[in-house]
Amino acid sequence: MLEHVVNGLVLGGTYALVAMGLTIQYGIARIMNLSFGDTIIAACFATYVLFTSLSISPILALLILVPSGYALSNVVYRVIMKPLVARAPDEGALEVDSILVTFGLLFVIQGILLYLFGGGYTSYSFFNTPINVLGTVVAGNRLLALVLSLMIGAALVIILFRTRWGMILRAVALAPKSAPLFGIDTDRAARTAFAIGGAIAATGGVVISMFQTFTATAGVVFTMKALIVVILGGKGSVPGAIVAGLLLGLVETFVAAYVDPGLTLAAVYTVFLLLLLVRPNGIFGKA
Amino acid sequence: MKTSYAFALAGAALVVLALAPMFIPEYWTGVLLGMTGYVTLATAWALFSGPTRYVSLATVAFFGVGAYTVAVLNEVMPYPLVLLCAAGIGMVMALVVGLSTLRLAGVYFVIFTFGLAELVRQTVSWWEVNVTYTMGRYVFLPFEGRHIYWQLLALAALTFLIAWAMGRSRIGLALKALGDDETVASHAGVDVTRIKLLLFVISSTIITLVGAIQAPRWTYIEPSIVFNPTVSFMTLIMALLGGAMRLWGPLVGAVPLFLLFEWLSVSFPDHFSIILGLLFILIVFVMPNGVLAKIDDLRKGGRA
Repeated sequence: MLEHVVNGLVLGGTYALVAMGLTIQYGIARIMNLSFGDTIIAACFATYVLFTSLSISPILALLILVPSGYALSNVVYRVIMKPLVARAPDEGALEVDSILVTFGLLFVIQGILLYLFGGGYTSYSFFNTPINVLGTVVAGNRLLALVLSLMIGAALVIILFRTRWGMILRAVALAPKSAPLFGIDTDRAARTAFAIGGAIAATGGVVISMFQTFTATAGVVFTMKALIVVILGGKGSVPGAIVAGLLLGLVETFVAAYVDPGLTLAAVYTVFLLLLLVRPNGIFGKA
Repeated sequence: MKTSYAFALAGAALVVLALAPMFIPEYWTGVLLGMTGYVTLATAWALFSGPTRYVSLATVAFFGVGAYTVAVLNEVMPYPLVLLCAAGIGMVMALVVGLSTLRLAGVYFVIFTFGLAELVRQTVSWWEVNVTYTMGRYVFLPFEGRHIYWQLLALAALTFLIAWAMGRSRIGLALKALGDDETVASHAGVDVTRIKLLLFVISSTIITLVGAIQAPRWTYIEPSIVFNPTVSFMTLIMALLGGAMRLWGPLVGAVPLFLLFEWLSVSFPDHFSIILGLLFILIVFVMPNGVLAKIDDLRKGGRA
Protein backbone atom coordinates (compact mmCIF):
# COMPACT_ATOMS: atom_id res chain seq x y z
CA MET A 1 0.00 0.00 0.00
CA LEU A 2 2.58 2.56 1.12
CA GLU A 3 4.81 1.38 -1.69
CA HIS A 4 2.11 2.30 -4.18
CA VAL A 5 1.62 5.71 -2.60
CA VAL A 6 5.33 6.44 -2.94
CA ASN A 7 5.44 5.17 -6.54
CA GLY A 8 2.28 7.10 -7.34
CA LEU A 9 3.80 10.28 -5.98
CA VAL A 10 6.96 9.72 -8.03
CA LEU A 11 4.97 9.27 -11.21
CA GLY A 12 2.61 12.10 -10.27
CA GLY A 13 5.55 14.38 -9.57
CA THR A 14 6.86 13.94 -13.09
CA TYR A 15 3.35 14.44 -14.53
CA ALA A 16 2.98 17.63 -12.53
CA LEU A 17 6.35 18.81 -13.81
CA VAL A 18 5.68 18.22 -17.49
CA ALA A 19 2.13 19.54 -17.21
CA MET A 20 3.55 22.79 -15.85
CA GLY A 21 5.52 23.09 -19.06
CA LEU A 22 2.45 22.50 -21.17
CA THR A 23 0.26 24.85 -19.18
CA ILE A 24 2.87 27.62 -19.51
CA GLN A 25 2.99 27.11 -23.29
CA TYR A 26 -0.78 27.09 -23.59
CA GLY A 27 -1.57 29.75 -21.02
CA ILE A 28 1.05 32.32 -22.01
CA ALA A 29 2.13 31.57 -25.58
CA ARG A 30 -1.42 30.41 -26.49
CA ILE A 31 0.03 27.46 -28.38
CA MET A 32 -1.72 24.13 -27.89
CA ASN A 33 1.35 21.95 -28.38
CA LEU A 34 0.46 18.40 -29.41
CA SER A 35 4.12 17.54 -30.00
CA PHE A 36 4.91 18.15 -26.32
CA GLY A 37 5.06 14.46 -25.42
CA ASP A 38 7.37 13.76 -28.33
CA THR A 39 9.71 16.46 -27.06
CA ILE A 40 9.75 14.55 -23.77
CA ILE A 41 10.51 11.28 -25.54
CA ALA A 42 13.25 12.93 -27.60
CA ALA A 43 14.86 14.04 -24.32
CA CYS A 44 14.49 10.47 -22.98
CA PHE A 45 16.44 9.12 -25.96
CA ALA A 46 19.01 11.90 -25.74
CA THR A 47 19.64 11.00 -22.09
CA TYR A 48 19.88 7.36 -23.04
CA VAL A 49 22.50 8.10 -25.70
CA LEU A 50 24.49 10.37 -23.41
CA PHE A 51 24.42 7.78 -20.64
CA THR A 52 25.11 4.60 -22.56
CA SER A 53 27.60 5.79 -25.18
CA LEU A 54 29.31 8.74 -23.46
CA SER A 55 28.61 7.58 -19.87
CA ILE A 56 27.36 11.01 -18.85
CA SER A 57 25.12 10.70 -15.80
CA PRO A 58 21.49 11.83 -16.26
CA ILE A 59 22.06 14.55 -13.65
CA LEU A 60 24.79 16.05 -15.79
CA ALA A 61 22.67 15.41 -18.87
CA LEU A 62 20.16 17.85 -17.41
CA LEU A 63 22.78 20.59 -17.72
CA ILE A 64 23.11 19.83 -21.43
CA LEU A 65 19.55 18.94 -22.37
CA VAL A 66 17.59 21.60 -20.51
CA PRO A 67 19.36 24.51 -22.24
CA SER A 68 19.08 22.61 -25.55
CA GLY A 69 15.34 22.17 -24.97
CA TYR A 70 15.07 25.90 -24.31
CA ALA A 71 17.09 26.85 -27.36
CA LEU A 72 15.36 24.43 -29.73
CA SER A 73 11.89 25.46 -28.59
CA ASN A 74 12.90 29.08 -29.01
CA VAL A 75 13.89 28.35 -32.60
CA VAL A 76 10.69 26.36 -33.22
CA TYR A 77 8.67 29.30 -31.94
CA ARG A 78 10.51 31.81 -34.11
CA VAL A 79 10.35 29.70 -37.27
CA ILE A 80 7.00 27.92 -37.05
CA MET A 81 4.76 29.54 -34.44
CA LYS A 82 5.51 33.24 -34.93
CA PRO A 83 4.14 33.41 -38.51
CA LEU A 84 0.97 31.67 -37.32
CA VAL A 85 0.54 34.09 -34.43
CA ALA A 86 1.10 36.99 -36.81
CA ARG A 87 -1.52 35.88 -39.32
CA ALA A 88 -4.20 34.64 -36.89
CA PRO A 89 -7.19 37.01 -36.85
CA ASP A 90 -8.31 35.80 -33.42
CA GLU A 91 -7.46 33.39 -30.64
CA GLY A 92 -9.65 30.61 -32.02
CA ALA A 93 -7.88 30.62 -35.37
CA LEU A 94 -4.49 30.48 -33.67
CA GLU A 95 -5.67 27.56 -31.58
CA VAL A 96 -6.71 25.57 -34.65
CA ASP A 97 -3.52 26.46 -36.54
CA SER A 98 -1.28 25.59 -33.61
CA ILE A 99 -3.07 22.28 -33.12
CA LEU A 100 -2.57 21.39 -36.78
CA VAL A 101 1.05 22.47 -37.00
CA THR A 102 2.12 20.75 -33.79
CA PHE A 103 0.27 17.63 -34.92
CA GLY A 104 2.52 17.67 -37.99
CA LEU A 105 5.55 18.33 -35.81
CA LEU A 106 4.60 15.30 -33.72
CA PHE A 107 4.96 13.06 -36.75
CA VAL A 108 8.27 14.66 -37.72
CA ILE A 109 9.83 14.15 -34.26
CA GLN A 110 8.37 10.65 -33.96
CA GLY A 111 9.60 9.77 -37.45
CA ILE A 112 13.13 10.93 -36.64
CA LEU A 113 13.15 8.93 -33.39
CA LEU A 114 11.80 5.83 -35.13
CA TYR A 115 14.44 6.17 -37.82
CA LEU A 116 17.28 6.59 -35.32
CA PHE A 117 16.24 4.17 -32.58
CA GLY A 118 13.55 1.88 -33.99
CA GLY A 119 10.24 1.13 -32.33
CA GLY A 120 11.40 -1.09 -29.46
CA TYR A 121 11.24 -0.50 -25.71
CA THR A 122 14.33 1.30 -24.43
CA SER A 123 15.69 1.76 -20.94
CA TYR A 124 18.95 2.00 -19.07
CA SER A 125 19.96 1.19 -15.54
CA PHE A 126 21.01 4.14 -13.42
CA PHE A 127 21.20 4.46 -9.63
CA ASN A 128 19.11 1.35 -9.08
CA THR A 129 20.05 0.95 -5.40
CA PRO A 130 17.13 0.19 -3.08
CA ILE A 131 16.48 2.85 -0.49
CA ASN A 132 14.31 2.48 2.58
CA VAL A 133 11.55 5.08 2.82
CA LEU A 134 9.10 4.94 5.71
CA GLY A 135 9.39 1.18 5.89
CA THR A 136 9.08 0.42 2.17
CA VAL A 137 11.85 -0.08 -0.31
CA VAL A 138 12.01 2.28 -3.28
CA ALA A 139 14.53 2.31 -6.12
CA GLY A 140 16.99 5.17 -5.76
CA ASN A 141 16.32 6.46 -9.27
CA ARG A 142 12.63 6.90 -8.51
CA LEU A 143 13.38 8.84 -5.38
CA LEU A 144 15.86 10.98 -7.25
CA ALA A 145 13.24 11.59 -9.95
CA LEU A 146 10.76 12.79 -7.33
CA VAL A 147 13.30 15.07 -5.66
CA LEU A 148 14.36 16.55 -9.00
CA SER A 149 10.75 17.10 -10.11
CA LEU A 150 9.92 18.83 -6.84
CA MET A 151 13.03 21.00 -6.92
CA ILE A 152 12.57 22.10 -10.51
CA GLY A 153 8.85 22.59 -10.02
CA ALA A 154 9.47 24.72 -6.93
CA ALA A 155 12.10 26.76 -8.75
CA LEU A 156 9.59 27.42 -11.51
CA VAL A 157 6.89 28.51 -9.07
CA ILE A 158 9.34 30.90 -7.41
CA ILE A 159 10.36 32.35 -10.77
CA LEU A 160 6.76 32.81 -11.85
CA PHE A 161 5.43 34.29 -8.63
CA ARG A 162 8.39 36.07 -7.08
CA THR A 163 10.34 37.67 -9.92
CA ARG A 164 9.66 40.54 -12.26
CA TRP A 165 10.18 38.21 -15.18
CA GLY A 166 7.52 35.86 -13.86
CA MET A 167 5.16 38.73 -13.27
CA ILE A 168 5.48 39.77 -16.92
CA LEU A 169 4.65 36.24 -18.03
CA ARG A 170 1.65 36.06 -15.72
CA ALA A 171 0.44 39.43 -16.93
CA VAL A 172 0.45 38.17 -20.52
CA ALA A 173 -1.41 35.04 -19.48
CA LEU A 174 -4.04 37.05 -17.63
CA ALA A 175 -4.61 39.91 -20.06
CA PRO A 176 -2.85 39.45 -23.39
CA LYS A 177 -4.49 42.54 -24.87
CA SER A 178 -3.76 44.91 -22.00
CA ALA A 179 -0.21 43.75 -21.34
CA PRO A 180 1.30 45.78 -24.23
CA LEU A 181 -0.26 48.93 -22.76
CA PHE A 182 2.06 48.50 -19.79
CA GLY A 183 5.11 48.26 -21.98
CA ILE A 184 5.27 44.48 -22.04
CA ASP A 185 6.66 42.89 -25.18
CA THR A 186 4.05 40.14 -25.58
CA ASP A 187 5.85 38.57 -28.49
CA ARG A 188 8.96 38.13 -26.43
CA ALA A 189 6.96 36.88 -23.46
CA ALA A 190 5.24 34.29 -25.65
CA ARG A 191 8.56 33.15 -27.08
CA THR A 192 10.09 32.86 -23.63
CA ALA A 193 7.08 30.94 -22.35
CA PHE A 194 7.20 28.51 -25.24
CA ALA A 195 10.93 28.00 -24.72
CA ILE A 196 10.50 27.47 -20.97
CA GLY A 197 7.87 24.85 -21.82
CA GLY A 198 10.38 23.11 -24.08
CA ALA A 199 13.04 23.24 -21.34
CA ILE A 200 10.59 21.66 -18.90
CA ALA A 201 9.69 18.97 -21.42
CA ALA A 202 13.41 18.19 -21.71
CA THR A 203 13.71 18.07 -17.92
CA GLY A 204 10.72 15.76 -17.75
CA GLY A 205 12.26 13.51 -20.37
CA VAL A 206 15.53 13.18 -18.47
CA VAL A 207 13.71 12.49 -15.19
CA ILE A 208 11.26 9.98 -16.69
CA SER A 209 13.98 8.08 -18.56
CA MET A 210 15.72 7.38 -15.23
CA PHE A 211 13.01 5.03 -14.02
CA GLN A 212 10.71 4.15 -16.93
CA THR A 213 11.05 2.29 -20.20
CA PHE A 214 10.07 4.37 -23.22
CA THR A 215 9.37 3.90 -26.92
CA ALA A 216 9.58 6.27 -29.87
CA THR A 217 5.79 6.21 -30.20
CA ALA A 218 4.94 6.88 -26.54
CA GLY A 219 4.79 10.66 -27.02
CA VAL A 220 1.05 10.71 -27.68
CA VAL A 221 0.32 9.19 -24.29
CA PHE A 222 2.54 11.70 -22.48
CA THR A 223 0.94 14.62 -24.30
CA MET A 224 -2.46 13.21 -23.46
CA LYS A 225 -1.67 12.86 -19.76
CA ALA A 226 -0.11 16.29 -19.58
CA LEU A 227 -3.17 17.77 -21.30
CA ILE A 228 -5.51 16.03 -18.89
CA VAL A 229 -3.49 17.30 -15.94
CA VAL A 230 -3.63 20.82 -17.35
CA ILE A 231 -7.41 20.68 -17.72
CA LEU A 232 -7.85 18.93 -14.39
CA GLY A 233 -5.87 21.66 -12.67
CA GLY A 234 -7.47 24.50 -14.59
CA LYS A 235 -5.97 25.95 -17.73
CA GLY A 236 -2.91 28.08 -16.99
CA SER A 237 -2.87 27.31 -13.26
CA VAL A 238 0.51 26.12 -11.98
CA PRO A 239 -0.61 25.06 -8.47
CA GLY A 240 -3.55 23.26 -10.10
CA ALA A 241 -1.17 21.36 -12.38
CA ILE A 242 0.86 20.19 -9.38
CA VAL A 243 -2.13 18.89 -7.43
CA ALA A 244 -3.75 17.33 -10.51
CA GLY A 245 -0.46 15.74 -11.60
CA LEU A 246 0.05 14.06 -8.24
CA LEU A 247 -3.57 12.91 -8.26
CA LEU A 248 -3.26 11.39 -11.72
CA GLY A 249 -0.03 9.62 -10.78
CA LEU A 250 -1.70 8.10 -7.73
CA VAL A 251 -4.78 7.00 -9.69
CA GLU A 252 -2.61 5.39 -12.33
CA THR A 253 -0.38 3.56 -9.87
CA PHE A 254 -3.32 2.24 -7.88
CA VAL A 255 -5.16 1.06 -10.98
CA ALA A 256 -1.98 -0.65 -12.18
CA ALA A 257 -1.48 -2.28 -8.77
CA TYR A 258 -5.01 -3.35 -7.89
CA VAL A 259 -6.90 -3.60 -11.18
CA ASP A 260 -4.68 -4.18 -14.19
CA PRO A 261 -1.64 -2.39 -15.64
CA GLY A 262 -3.23 -2.57 -19.10
CA LEU A 263 -6.08 -0.32 -18.00
CA THR A 264 -4.15 2.70 -16.78
CA LEU A 265 -4.94 4.80 -19.83
CA ALA A 266 -8.59 3.82 -19.56
CA ALA A 267 -8.52 4.96 -15.92
CA VAL A 268 -6.92 8.25 -16.90
CA TYR A 269 -9.60 8.75 -19.54
CA THR A 270 -12.35 7.96 -17.05
CA VAL A 271 -11.00 10.65 -14.74
CA PHE A 272 -10.99 13.05 -17.70
CA LEU A 273 -14.54 12.15 -18.72
CA LEU A 274 -15.87 12.57 -15.18
CA LEU A 275 -14.12 15.90 -14.96
CA LEU A 276 -15.61 17.12 -18.23
CA LEU A 277 -19.06 16.21 -17.01
CA VAL A 278 -18.72 17.69 -13.52
CA ARG A 279 -16.19 20.52 -13.59
CA PRO A 280 -15.22 21.45 -17.16
CA ASN A 281 -13.12 24.37 -15.92
CA GLY A 282 -10.88 22.24 -13.73
CA ILE A 283 -10.56 21.79 -9.99
CA PHE A 284 -9.05 25.23 -9.54
CA GLY A 285 -10.48 26.86 -12.65
CA LYS A 286 -12.89 29.74 -12.60
CA ALA A 287 -16.10 29.47 -14.55
CA MET B 1 -30.15 23.25 -64.82
CA LYS B 2 -26.65 23.50 -63.42
CA THR B 3 -27.38 21.00 -60.67
CA SER B 4 -28.79 18.43 -63.06
CA TYR B 5 -25.69 18.72 -65.26
CA ALA B 6 -23.49 18.23 -62.22
CA PHE B 7 -25.52 15.19 -61.22
CA ALA B 8 -25.29 13.70 -64.70
CA LEU B 9 -21.56 14.26 -64.70
CA ALA B 10 -21.10 12.75 -61.23
CA GLY B 11 -23.30 9.80 -62.21
CA ALA B 12 -21.27 9.17 -65.37
CA ALA B 13 -18.02 9.36 -63.40
CA LEU B 14 -19.46 6.88 -60.92
CA VAL B 15 -20.37 4.43 -63.68
CA VAL B 16 -16.91 4.70 -65.25
CA LEU B 17 -15.28 4.16 -61.87
CA ALA B 18 -17.54 1.21 -61.13
CA LEU B 19 -16.71 -0.45 -64.46
CA ALA B 20 -12.98 0.26 -64.17
CA PRO B 21 -12.01 -3.02 -62.38
CA MET B 22 -13.17 -4.98 -65.47
CA PHE B 23 -10.53 -3.34 -67.64
CA ILE B 24 -7.57 -2.54 -65.42
CA PRO B 25 -5.07 -4.92 -63.80
CA GLU B 26 -5.61 -6.20 -60.27
CA TYR B 27 -2.92 -3.91 -58.84
CA TRP B 28 -4.66 -0.76 -60.05
CA THR B 29 -7.97 -1.94 -58.64
CA GLY B 30 -6.16 -2.08 -55.31
CA VAL B 31 -4.93 1.49 -55.77
CA LEU B 32 -8.43 2.67 -56.71
CA LEU B 33 -9.79 0.86 -53.66
CA GLY B 34 -7.36 2.57 -51.29
CA MET B 35 -8.01 5.90 -52.94
CA THR B 36 -11.78 5.58 -52.68
CA GLY B 37 -11.34 4.65 -49.02
CA TYR B 38 -9.38 7.83 -48.33
CA VAL B 39 -11.68 10.02 -50.41
CA THR B 40 -14.57 8.77 -48.27
CA LEU B 41 -12.63 9.23 -45.03
CA ALA B 42 -11.55 12.76 -45.93
CA THR B 43 -15.04 13.77 -47.10
CA ALA B 44 -16.66 12.32 -44.00
CA TRP B 45 -14.06 14.04 -41.83
CA ALA B 46 -14.70 17.37 -43.51
CA LEU B 47 -18.45 16.91 -43.12
CA PHE B 48 -18.04 17.56 -39.40
CA SER B 49 -14.69 19.31 -38.96
CA GLY B 50 -15.00 21.67 -41.92
CA PRO B 51 -17.97 23.82 -40.92
CA THR B 52 -17.59 23.45 -37.15
CA ARG B 53 -13.78 23.93 -37.14
CA TYR B 54 -13.55 21.26 -34.47
CA VAL B 55 -10.42 19.38 -35.52
CA SER B 56 -11.09 15.70 -34.98
CA LEU B 57 -7.94 13.64 -34.50
CA ALA B 58 -9.83 10.42 -33.85
CA THR B 59 -10.45 9.20 -37.39
CA VAL B 60 -8.54 5.98 -36.83
CA ALA B 61 -10.36 5.28 -33.57
CA PHE B 62 -13.60 4.89 -35.54
CA PHE B 63 -11.95 3.34 -38.58
CA GLY B 64 -10.26 0.76 -36.35
CA VAL B 65 -13.43 -0.01 -34.43
CA GLY B 66 -15.17 -0.73 -37.73
CA ALA B 67 -12.43 -3.03 -38.96
CA TYR B 68 -12.13 -4.80 -35.64
CA THR B 69 -15.86 -5.36 -35.34
CA VAL B 70 -15.76 -7.20 -38.66
CA ALA B 71 -12.79 -9.22 -37.45
CA VAL B 72 -14.66 -10.30 -34.33
CA LEU B 73 -18.09 -10.92 -35.85
CA ASN B 74 -17.37 -12.16 -39.40
CA GLU B 75 -17.73 -15.81 -38.50
CA VAL B 76 -20.85 -15.60 -36.37
CA MET B 77 -23.14 -13.38 -38.44
CA PRO B 78 -24.05 -12.76 -42.07
CA TYR B 79 -22.02 -9.93 -43.59
CA PRO B 80 -24.74 -7.24 -43.86
CA LEU B 81 -25.56 -7.70 -40.18
CA VAL B 82 -21.87 -7.35 -39.33
CA LEU B 83 -21.74 -4.03 -41.18
CA LEU B 84 -24.86 -2.89 -39.34
CA CYS B 85 -23.29 -3.83 -36.01
CA ALA B 86 -20.10 -1.95 -36.89
CA ALA B 87 -22.11 1.15 -37.83
CA GLY B 88 -24.09 0.87 -34.60
CA ILE B 89 -20.96 0.61 -32.45
CA GLY B 90 -19.38 3.57 -34.23
CA MET B 91 -22.54 5.58 -33.72
CA VAL B 92 -22.72 4.83 -29.99
CA MET B 93 -19.06 5.69 -29.54
CA ALA B 94 -19.55 8.98 -31.40
CA LEU B 95 -22.55 9.77 -29.19
CA VAL B 96 -20.55 9.18 -26.01
CA VAL B 97 -17.62 11.30 -27.21
CA GLY B 98 -19.89 13.99 -28.62
CA LEU B 99 -22.22 14.25 -25.64
CA SER B 100 -19.33 14.66 -23.21
CA THR B 101 -17.23 17.13 -25.23
CA LEU B 102 -19.23 19.01 -27.83
CA ARG B 103 -21.01 21.35 -25.45
CA LEU B 104 -17.60 22.58 -24.25
CA ALA B 105 -15.00 24.69 -26.03
CA GLY B 106 -13.44 23.13 -29.11
CA VAL B 107 -10.11 22.46 -27.47
CA TYR B 108 -11.59 19.86 -25.12
CA PHE B 109 -12.93 17.96 -28.07
CA VAL B 110 -9.54 18.03 -29.80
CA ILE B 111 -7.77 16.79 -26.69
CA PHE B 112 -10.32 14.05 -26.16
CA THR B 113 -10.07 12.81 -29.73
CA PHE B 114 -6.27 13.09 -29.68
CA GLY B 115 -5.85 10.18 -27.28
CA LEU B 116 -9.00 8.30 -28.21
CA ALA B 117 -7.39 5.96 -30.75
CA GLU B 118 -4.67 5.01 -28.30
CA LEU B 119 -7.27 4.45 -25.58
CA VAL B 120 -9.41 2.21 -27.78
CA ARG B 121 -6.35 0.32 -29.01
CA GLN B 122 -5.09 -0.34 -25.49
CA THR B 123 -8.52 -1.29 -24.21
CA VAL B 124 -9.18 -3.69 -27.09
CA SER B 125 -5.73 -5.26 -26.62
CA TRP B 126 -6.36 -5.63 -22.91
CA TRP B 127 -9.75 -7.20 -23.54
CA GLU B 128 -8.36 -9.68 -26.04
CA VAL B 129 -5.44 -10.69 -23.85
CA ASN B 130 -7.30 -10.95 -20.55
CA VAL B 131 -10.86 -11.85 -21.42
CA THR B 132 -10.99 -13.67 -24.75
CA TYR B 133 -7.37 -14.89 -24.77
CA THR B 134 -6.93 -14.16 -28.47
CA MET B 135 -4.41 -11.76 -29.93
CA GLY B 136 -5.03 -11.18 -33.60
CA ARG B 137 -7.98 -12.42 -35.60
CA TYR B 138 -8.60 -13.65 -39.12
CA VAL B 139 -11.14 -12.32 -41.56
CA PHE B 140 -12.34 -14.93 -44.03
CA LEU B 141 -14.87 -13.37 -46.33
CA PRO B 142 -15.31 -14.38 -49.97
CA PHE B 143 -14.42 -10.92 -51.28
CA GLU B 144 -11.97 -9.94 -53.96
CA GLY B 145 -10.50 -6.48 -54.27
CA ARG B 146 -13.18 -5.32 -56.67
CA HIS B 147 -16.03 -6.38 -54.37
CA ILE B 148 -14.59 -4.26 -51.59
CA TYR B 149 -13.98 -1.48 -54.07
CA TRP B 150 -17.62 -1.44 -55.19
CA GLN B 151 -18.84 -1.27 -51.62
CA LEU B 152 -16.50 1.61 -50.89
CA LEU B 153 -17.57 3.39 -54.06
CA ALA B 154 -21.20 3.12 -53.00
CA LEU B 155 -20.34 4.47 -49.58
CA ALA B 156 -18.35 7.31 -51.15
CA ALA B 157 -21.32 8.22 -53.37
CA LEU B 158 -23.61 8.14 -50.35
CA THR B 159 -21.22 10.36 -48.40
CA PHE B 160 -21.14 12.93 -51.19
CA LEU B 161 -24.91 12.83 -51.41
CA ILE B 162 -25.24 13.45 -47.67
CA ALA B 163 -22.71 16.28 -47.81
CA TRP B 164 -24.49 17.82 -50.79
CA ALA B 165 -27.96 17.53 -49.29
CA MET B 166 -26.65 18.91 -46.01
CA GLY B 167 -25.31 21.99 -47.78
CA ARG B 168 -28.77 22.78 -49.16
CA SER B 169 -30.88 22.06 -46.12
CA ARG B 170 -31.78 24.12 -43.07
CA ILE B 171 -29.04 22.28 -41.22
CA GLY B 172 -26.56 23.49 -43.82
CA LEU B 173 -27.68 27.07 -43.27
CA ALA B 174 -27.42 26.65 -39.52
CA LEU B 175 -23.95 25.19 -40.05
CA LYS B 176 -22.79 28.14 -42.08
CA ALA B 177 -23.97 30.47 -39.33
CA LEU B 178 -22.28 28.29 -36.75
CA GLY B 179 -18.98 28.30 -38.62
CA ASP B 180 -19.03 32.07 -39.00
CA ASP B 181 -19.85 32.87 -35.41
CA GLU B 182 -21.05 30.37 -32.88
CA THR B 183 -22.35 32.93 -30.39
CA VAL B 184 -24.40 34.72 -33.02
CA ALA B 185 -25.74 31.41 -34.33
CA SER B 186 -26.91 30.29 -30.92
CA HIS B 187 -28.61 33.66 -30.34
CA ALA B 188 -30.34 33.32 -33.67
CA GLY B 189 -31.98 30.16 -32.39
CA VAL B 190 -29.63 27.50 -33.72
CA ASP B 191 -29.32 24.58 -31.35
CA VAL B 192 -25.53 24.56 -31.67
CA THR B 193 -24.73 21.47 -29.62
CA ARG B 194 -27.38 19.32 -31.26
CA ILE B 195 -26.24 20.14 -34.76
CA LYS B 196 -22.62 19.49 -33.90
CA LEU B 197 -23.57 16.19 -32.31
CA LEU B 198 -25.66 15.14 -35.29
CA LEU B 199 -22.86 15.90 -37.73
CA PHE B 200 -20.25 14.20 -35.61
CA VAL B 201 -22.35 11.05 -35.37
CA ILE B 202 -22.98 10.93 -39.14
CA SER B 203 -19.34 11.58 -39.96
CA SER B 204 -18.06 9.01 -37.45
CA THR B 205 -20.49 6.35 -38.60
CA ILE B 206 -19.29 6.71 -42.19
CA ILE B 207 -15.67 6.50 -41.02
CA THR B 208 -16.48 3.36 -39.04
CA LEU B 209 -18.06 1.82 -42.13
CA VAL B 210 -14.97 2.57 -44.23
CA GLY B 211 -12.94 0.60 -41.71
CA ALA B 212 -15.48 -2.22 -41.65
CA ILE B 213 -15.64 -2.54 -45.43
CA GLN B 214 -11.86 -2.51 -45.81
CA ALA B 215 -11.33 -5.13 -43.09
CA PRO B 216 -11.33 -8.16 -45.46
CA ARG B 217 -8.32 -6.63 -47.24
CA TRP B 218 -6.06 -7.44 -44.32
CA THR B 219 -7.09 -11.07 -43.73
CA TYR B 220 -5.14 -10.93 -40.45
CA ILE B 221 -6.12 -8.18 -38.03
CA GLU B 222 -4.71 -7.09 -34.71
CA PRO B 223 -5.18 -3.83 -32.80
CA SER B 224 -1.82 -2.32 -33.77
CA ILE B 225 -2.65 -2.77 -37.47
CA VAL B 226 -6.11 -1.23 -37.57
CA PHE B 227 -5.45 1.55 -35.03
CA ASN B 228 -2.50 2.99 -36.91
CA PRO B 229 -2.40 6.77 -36.19
CA THR B 230 -1.12 7.47 -39.72
CA VAL B 231 -4.70 6.95 -40.96
CA SER B 232 -5.96 9.90 -38.88
CA PHE B 233 -3.06 11.98 -40.03
CA MET B 234 -3.44 11.23 -43.74
CA THR B 235 -7.17 11.90 -43.64
CA LEU B 236 -6.52 15.24 -42.02
CA ILE B 237 -3.86 16.27 -44.56
CA MET B 238 -6.02 15.29 -47.52
CA ALA B 239 -9.07 17.17 -46.29
CA LEU B 240 -7.02 20.25 -45.49
CA LEU B 241 -5.09 20.26 -48.76
CA GLY B 242 -8.29 20.26 -50.78
CA GLY B 243 -10.20 22.49 -48.41
CA ALA B 244 -12.46 21.16 -45.68
CA MET B 245 -15.12 23.80 -46.28
CA ARG B 246 -16.00 22.69 -49.80
CA LEU B 247 -17.90 19.68 -51.04
CA TRP B 248 -15.24 18.57 -53.52
CA GLY B 249 -12.28 19.81 -51.48
CA PRO B 250 -11.42 16.53 -49.73
CA LEU B 251 -11.63 14.68 -53.06
CA VAL B 252 -9.27 17.14 -54.71
CA GLY B 253 -6.83 16.69 -51.83
CA ALA B 254 -7.18 12.93 -51.43
CA VAL B 255 -6.50 11.77 -54.98
CA PRO B 256 -3.04 13.30 -55.56
CA LEU B 257 -1.94 12.81 -51.96
CA PHE B 258 -2.95 9.16 -51.96
CA LEU B 259 -0.81 8.53 -55.04
CA LEU B 260 2.04 10.54 -53.54
CA PHE B 261 1.85 8.60 -50.25
CA GLU B 262 1.68 5.31 -52.11
CA TRP B 263 4.91 6.22 -53.90
CA LEU B 264 6.56 7.66 -50.76
CA SER B 265 5.81 4.63 -48.61
CA VAL B 266 7.48 2.39 -51.17
CA SER B 267 10.42 4.67 -51.98
CA PHE B 268 11.14 6.07 -48.51
CA PRO B 269 9.66 3.60 -46.00
CA ASP B 270 11.98 4.77 -43.21
CA HIS B 271 11.36 8.47 -43.67
CA PHE B 272 7.67 8.27 -44.45
CA SER B 273 6.33 9.88 -41.30
CA ILE B 274 8.99 12.62 -41.34
CA ILE B 275 8.10 13.60 -44.91
CA LEU B 276 4.41 13.38 -44.08
CA GLY B 277 4.84 15.69 -41.08
CA LEU B 278 6.87 18.26 -43.01
CA LEU B 279 4.41 18.22 -45.90
CA PHE B 280 1.57 18.80 -43.50
CA ILE B 281 3.27 21.74 -41.80
CA LEU B 282 3.88 23.21 -45.25
CA ILE B 283 0.21 22.86 -46.19
CA VAL B 284 -0.93 24.60 -43.01
CA PHE B 285 1.48 27.44 -43.80
CA VAL B 286 0.93 27.90 -47.50
CA MET B 287 -2.76 27.16 -47.94
CA PRO B 288 -4.62 27.07 -44.65
CA ASN B 289 -7.97 27.01 -46.47
CA GLY B 290 -7.06 24.43 -49.04
CA VAL B 291 -6.02 24.40 -52.65
CA LEU B 292 -9.46 25.24 -54.06
CA ALA B 293 -9.67 28.43 -52.01
CA LYS B 294 -6.11 29.23 -53.06
CA ILE B 295 -7.02 28.91 -56.73
CA ASP B 296 -10.01 31.20 -56.18
CA ASP B 297 -7.75 33.74 -54.50
CA LEU B 298 -5.25 33.60 -57.35
CA ARG B 299 -8.01 34.07 -59.92
CA LYS B 300 -9.41 37.06 -58.09
CA GLY B 301 -5.90 38.43 -57.68
CA GLY B 302 -5.29 37.99 -61.42
CA ARG B 303 -8.42 39.90 -62.37
CA ALA B 304 -7.90 42.78 -60.01
